[in-house]
This record gives sequence, structure tokens and C-alpha cells, in this order.
Amino acid sequence: MDIGNSLYLVAPEVFLTVSSLILLLIAAWGGEKSARLVTILSAAALFGASVLLMVLAHMPEFKDGASAFSDQYRMDAFGSAAKFLIYLAAIISLMIAPRFFQAGGKYRPEYAVLILFACVGMGMMVSATDMMTLYIGLELNSLSAYVLASFIRTDVRSSEAGLKYFVLGALASGMLLFGISLVYGFAGSTSFAVIGETLSGDLSTGPLIGLVLVLSGLAFKISAVPFHMWTPDVYEGAPTPVSAFFASAPKVAAVALTARVIIEAFGGQTSAWQQIIVFVALASIILGAVAAIGQQNIKRLLAYSSINNVGFMLIGLATGTAQGISAMMFYLVVYVAMTLGSFVCVLEMRDKDGKPLESLSSLAGLSQTRPGLAAAFAVFMFSLAGIPPLFGFWGKFLVFDAAVAAGMLPLAVIGIAASVIGAFYYIKVVKIIYFDDPAGEIVATGHKTENGLIALLALFVSPLGYLAIPFMAPITDAAAASLF
Amino acid sequence: MNQLDFPILSLMMGLPMLAAIICLFLNAQAARWLALVTTLVLFGLGVVLWANYDIGGPQWQYVERSDLFGSFAWALGIDGISMLLIMLTVFLMPICIGASWESIQTRVGEYMAAFLFMEVLMIGVFAAQDLFLFYILFEAGLIPMYLIIGIWGGANRIYASYKFFLYTLLGSVVMLVAMLWMVQDAGTSDIPTLLNYDFDPAAQTWLWLAFFASFAVKMPMWPFHTWLPDAHVQAPTAGSVILAGVLLKMGGYGFLRFSLPMFPEASEQFIWLIFGLSMVAVVYTSLVALVQQDMKKLIAYSSVAHMAIVTLGLFAFNRQGIEGAIIVMLSHGLVSGALFLCVGVIYDRLHTREIDRYGGLAINMPKYAILFMLFTMASIGLPGTSGFVGEFLSLVGLYKVNSWVTLVATTGIILGAGYMLYLYRRVAFGELVHEDVKAMPDLSAREMALLAPIAAAVMWMGVYPESFMAPIRGDVGALVARIDRAAPEGDAHLKMGEAKAVTQDEVHGEAH
Repeated sequence: MDIGNSLYLVAPEVFLTVSSLILLLIAAWGGEKSARLVTILSAAALFGASVLLMVLAHMPEFKDGASAFSDQYRMDAFGSAAKFLIYLAAIISLMIAPRFFQAGGKYRPEYAVLILFACVGMGMMVSATDMMTLYIGLELNSLSAYVLASFIRTDVRSSEAGLKYFVLGALASGMLLFGISLVYGFAGSTSFAVIGETLSGDLSTGPLIGLVLVLSGLAFKISAVPFHMWTPDVYEGAPTPVSAFFASAPKVAAVALTARVIIEAFGGQTSAWQQIIVFVALASIILGAVAAIGQQNIKRLLAYSSINNVGFMLIGLATGTAQGISAMMFYLVVYVAMTLGSFVCVLEMRDKDGKPLESLSSLAGLSQTRPGLAAAFAVFMFSLAGIPPLFGFWGKFLVFDAAVAAGMLPLAVIGIAASVIGAFYYIKVVKIIYFDDPAGEIVATGHKTENGLIALLALFVSPLGYLAIPFMAPITDAAAASLF
Repeated sequence: MNQLDFPILSLMMGLPMLAAIICLFLNAQAARWLALVTTLVLFGLGVVLWANYDIGGPQWQYVERSDLFGSFAWALGIDGISMLLIMLTVFLMPICIGASWESIQTRVGEYMAAFLFMEVLMIGVFAAQDLFLFYILFEAGLIPMYLIIGIWGGANRIYASYKFFLYTLLGSVVMLVAMLWMVQDAGTSDIPTLLNYDFDPAAQTWLWLAFFASFAVKMPMWPFHTWLPDAHVQAPTAGSVILAGVLLKMGGYGFLRFSLPMFPEASEQFIWLIFGLSMVAVVYTSLVALVQQDMKKLIAYSSVAHMAIVTLGLFAFNRQGIEGAIIVMLSHGLVSGALFLCVGVIYDRLHTREIDRYGGLAINMPKYAILFMLFTMASIGLPGTSGFVGEFLSLVGLYKVNSWVTLVATTGIILGAGYMLYLYRRVAFGELVHEDVKAMPDLSAREMALLAPIAAAVMWMGVYPESFMAPIRGDVGALVARIDRAAPEGDAHLKMGEAKAVTQDEVHGEAH
């Protein structure tokens, strides 16, 4: 395939890269004054990239996907669906940022540019069909993320979060690289397809260690147990819009990437990876549920909630079937809506001086001072707990359905029983909001953009979301089918 | 579409949903009136439903179906059993709203919204014809009930609401896995189809246990009942009424709709479990009720005992037992609801549920004493009241299967008379010793209007049960025919007596 055609296929990434470079120049010359403009233009760039993505995906000649740059990169329904979700999450992360940073002092335009760079990296991650593309995409995303985590450099917690993320992230990257090198050594190629062909039959110890190390590195990126330790600290320390971003877009990218690596590169080694994924899934669900119970900080709580939710997504992945991958993608969509909604609600937690509040106790009695916000918060919490009729239930329903269809009944039963433990801390938040006497700390008026976003996301998560199933299911099914 | 050419069941779910949303934005008085009018309109629709129900017609009536959600359908339809349970729901709801008219003063809009939402879900559970739709509506009830107990409940409401929520959730999630398996196996989530699908008996065992986990908690059966007294005691009066009146019936309905017809072999296999737990429940919870100092707790324990009669009747595998169980469910819905209202009436005056704080109410509250007496008798199962019909039939059905279990179950009736009469004596009879009790006024017109309709319904069901038996006869017949292949052999081996004093000649003579 010639280079022109390849460039054509990576059009969204090219477009985003060029836009972010231009915006970087604007930011460099314009300084802080240009922050708002750069943010708006970044959102527009992401929107443009989404349009390009859809145009590409709907072209008849690329219906079954196409490979670019000698099988380094693949444009297919799976990557397009994941990228669309990533761009959407990134746009929301851009929308909620200005107000937060302005309240704390300065809003610098680099925030938006960094998010764009991260999106380029994430786009490459989900489309990677080669270990090298994978690593470059992952690092591009991670480097942007380290800077974003410490974006308020005057804040000790933010700097700490950035440093912690960087050190642990570097360790994970090291493990990943070591794993890749082992796999390369035994398979003789970094291409997923070739690895998949070469490593067939029983795995010898060498590539097995390689597989374990690759999965460990990826587990760090999706913050699955036992590589989750950084998550609560980083989510707590990072500025709230950045935490919202971390919990949504990079999670989608990392989970999608993991699915692609497992299915395309190690598809023939089910017995080797399945037990790892099953363990990681159950451990994430249980630890995410148990460790969240004692948390007093809402951002830490949401961090554990994201660990918990990743566990459920991995149940879909653990099945290794198209149905399971489709369920995982569906879960990701609902998860992004729920988690972004919760973080926007957290953004609304401000005292009358505009200082952000983060403790659970400041939520007390919110239902009497801000009934709308309280209702939305409760909807997100019940939905994260997977209580019907909220839409979060449907995500869980699909992954368990896939697990049952794949004959993994014990996994389904343990997973679903553990979800009850998780329900405890979600309803604890609802209890604080609805049953306790008002603390009256949270200021009684909301922000227009944030309120609009909360309403929109809450509507999607509400039972009305079920009406979207007939539209979403074919997309996730097509995405999953393109991996096999 | 159906006999009314109109999706009446969807309307009955849509209307309260809409009203619930509007209630959130109204002030207290407007919300009360809107809720009352909505529930009364729904009661009217319920009457239309019953009046147009074609007894002896097709098994599923008012059927509607729309593939809104892709993977599962918005499928509604009712048989006679569902129809009566829906009637019970729409009958009790206006009474619940009325009971909360004065006792709820904070966040009235949200309160009414929660109750209306609850009504949507209860009607939906009884009308759902799709397995997953059923599950969603069944589980969704946790959210409003959690809020009702937690926001408007008593002193220890937080603990009670947690316990209610987590207990019932844990019971239900396992059922979901079983449902997923069933739908994979049968290839459809349509309940009427599944009712006639024969699952492999080996698989039935596990499926039955998974459903049992959910329904036994919801019912509740001993030893899974501990959430119930807490929830009842802490819930506001109307919450208790709806909990005892309708929510507990979901467990019995589940056994009736799913466990028995879908897994007949497994049901037979686990009959010892059901009988064992129910026997313990009947005797043990009755004894516990006998020593309670808190009125609501006493009635809560009596609910557990009555529900045990329901499970015994259902698993008798014969017509009498099952019809009796259904009537007990309806009767208990009315009677326990009414009893909680009776407790609510005096609680509103004295703000205590402690039995010893009362006494002699027959002297200064004669109207109250008469109605309370009627409901006490109905709870005991006195002939002429609804309680008698159901309990008698259940025990007759049970007797055909196992005389010993029947013997134990019957002691429950005696103990029931014990604790209810004891309660009544301590509350209504004796001297008026407490000054504050002496000052309590008799029933107001509002309270009279709440209790009188229930009293009428209780008497109606007791005197002319045919009105309630006719709609369910065909459905119970279909159910009995379905599970007949697994029906246990009774332990009473009746033998025809040998005819005596008939000579050979006479026999031959007649034969010729």
C-alpha cells in the first residue's frame, strides 16, 4: 500500500497533529489571553477529526477496514468506534476545564494542546497493529498525561500526582518494552498478525513471560489490580478536569488497545491469557469495591470506582468472543458517560469563594440545597452500581451475558455477587446526599455549561438510554467483529 | 391488539411516571393532590381492566409488544393472577397517598414522586411478559424504596435502608445470571414461551436455586427475613403498607410465575426445603411475634408467618393449594396494609409504637376499635373475612400432600390468633390509664375514608370469594396441568372401603 493511501487512512491523526501544532504556536505567542480561543479551536479540531473518522468509516472501499504503513496501523470499525468515544470524552474534558482553572488562578492554553496530543496518541493506540505503533501511541499519550496531572504546578498535590504518575508509568513502560522485546525475540516480528501466526501451539516459557509482562504494562495503563496503586493518588491530586479526562478517554484507549493485543496478537493463546484476565478482572472488581468503602474523598472514591468498573469490562474481554468484545465496548460507552457525569458533578462542588470541595461530608444534604444536582449525582451513583432501570445496568448485563454465553458461569456469578459489595459505597454517597442534614457548604448556584453537561449525561444514563440500544448495539457489534 | 384496542397497560405505567416527574416540581399541597388524583385515575383504569377482563378467554390478555430496545422487548400482558395483583396495587396506592397526607411534611414532592414511581414499577412487574423487562422493573423498586425508608423513615432509618437494599440486591443478582442462561438455552426472553419450555432437569436445579435466592429474600422466607422487621419499623406508614401489601407479593408472584411452571422437576426436588423453611417460619416467627413490644415489628413478623402459608400452598402442586396461596397473598395485602394503617393512626397521635403505652382505646376510640377488630380477625383468619378463605384452601391443598406439614402449619393459625388477640387486648381493652391516651380523638373522616374501603374489600373477599377466584381459575388450571408431571405423591393413601354384604348372585344378576 502506497504512502498516499496510508496517509489517507490516518487522516484523523494527521489532522489532529497539524491542528495541535498550529494551536501550540498560537498558545506560545498568544499566552494566557488565547486560552479560551485555543480551547474552542481544540474542541473544533476534535470535532473535525470525529467527522473525518465517520467519513472514513462510511467509505464503501474501507468497509472491512484497511491497513496502513505496511501493517503498522489499521483503520477498522473497532478503532473508529473507540476513537469516536475518545474524542467525545476529550471534548467534554475541554468544556469543563476553563472555569475550574480560572477559579484557581490561571488557565493556560497548553491544557487544550496537551489534550490534543494525548488524543493523537490514543488514536494510534487503538489502531495499532504493531508493537512499535502501540508503544509510540502509548508514550505520546502518557507523556501528555504526566504533564496534565501536574498542570497546576504551584499545587503540591498536583505536582506529587504528576511525579508519582511519571515514575510508576515509566516502570510500567519498562515492563511493557521488556515484554515486547521478549515476544519479538521469540516471534521474530513486532506485527500482531505475525506474532499471532508464529506463536501457535503451546507457549514456551520465554514468550509466556513476554506475554505476562506485556499484559502487566497494559494493566497499569487501564489501572487494573494489581497495578492500580497510582490511580487513587493521581485522581485525587490532579486537577478535577484532568481526573475526569484520565478516567474517561485514556481508559477507553487502553482497554481497547488491550483487547486488540489480546485478540490479534495472542488470539491463539487463549489458555495463556485468559486466566490472567479473569484474575485481574475479579481482583479489580473486589478490590475496587472493598477499598472504596473507607474513602472520605470523592475523587479517590471515583478512582476506586473506575478500578471496579474496569474489572467488569475485563469480564467481557476475558470471554475472548466477539460478543464479549462487543459487550466491553458497550460498557465503555456507558462507563464514560457515567464517570464523566460524576466528575462534572464533583466540579460543581464549590464553596462560596469558588474553592473546590472534595470531601464526601461536604455533599451532606445536597438534595435540599441543589435538588437537580443531587438527583443527577444519585442517578450516576445508582448507575455505576448497576441498579436497573439505569443504563449502567445494561453495560453489566451485556458483559455477564457474554460470560454466560462463553460458558464462564463461575466468573459471572462471582463477578455479579461482588458487584453487590460495590453497591454499598455507591448507595453510601446517595445516603449522604439524600438522608443527611445539609452541610450547606456547596454554593447554591451552578454553572451553565456544567449543568447542561450534567443534564445531558444524566439523561443518557437514565432509563431513556435504553432507547439508544438499537442504535449502539450494531456499532459495537461491528467493532467487535472487525477484530476477528 | 387487545380487547380495548388501546395499550391500557402502557398507559397505566406512563401516567404515574409522568405525574411523578411533575410532582418533583410542585409545592407540597399541589403534589399531594396530583398524586391522589393520579392514583385514583389509575384505580379507575384498574376497574376498567377488571371489567373488560374476559374470564375463560385467552390466557394472556391486553397483550402489547414493541421491540423498542433491540435485545429485549417492551412486552406487557396479564393473566388473571397478574390482574388481581395489579388491582391490589392500584387499590392500595390512593390509600397510601391518603395515609401520608398529614404525616409527611418534609419534601412532599419527592415523596409523592417516589410513590408514583413505585406504582409504575409494581404494575410493570406484574404485567411484564419479557424476562429482562421483568428483571429491570423488579430490581428498580429498590431505588424508590431505599429513598422512602432513608429519607422519611424513623430514627434508625439509615441502617434499615442499607439492609433492605443490599439484602434484596444480593438475592436478585444471582437470579440475573440464571435468566441469562435460560435465555441462551431457550433462545427467547418471552415469558409465555418460556413457561412451556422444558429445561433440562439437571440445569433446573441450579436455575431454581438462583430464583429461590431472589424470591426467598423478597418473600421473605425464614431465615432470609431479617431485613423485613427493620425495614417495616423504620419506614413511614405508607411505606410499610406498600412494602407489606405489594412488594412482598412479588416474591410469591415470582414463585408462581417462574419457579413452578419453568422448573417443575426442580420444584418437586426442593419441596422439602420449602416445606422445612415454611414450617419453621410459621411456628418460629409466630412465637417471635408473640413477645414483641413494638406494634409494627409484631405485624412484620406476622407477615413472615403468613407468607409461609403462601409458600406451603404454592408448593402443594394442586389447585386448592395454589388458589389458596393466591387468595392469601391478596388477603394479606389488604389486611397487613390495613393493620399498618391502624398502627399509623395511633402513632400519629402519640408518636410511639410501644404496645404498653396504649390500652383502653375501645373506650375513647370506638370506631377505631371496631375496624381494628375487623382487621385483627381477618389476620387470624376468621370465617367471613378474606383471611379464612385463603388459609383454608391452602391448608386443604397442603393436606393432600403432607399431613404432618399441615399439622405444623395449622398451629401457625392458632399462634396467629394468640399474638393478634393479645395485641388487640393490650391496645384496645383494659382501663384508660394513660392521660395522653385518654386525650386521643377517634378516627377523623380522612382516616375513616382510608380504612373503610379496605374493610369492605376484606368482607367482600371473605363472603363472596368467587369474584376473586373466577379470574384465576383458568390460569391455575393451566399451571396445575403444567406441573402435574412432577407433582409429589401425597402421604395420605386413601383406600376405598371394601363393599360388604353383596352376594355373588346379586352382582351377576345385575351384570346380566
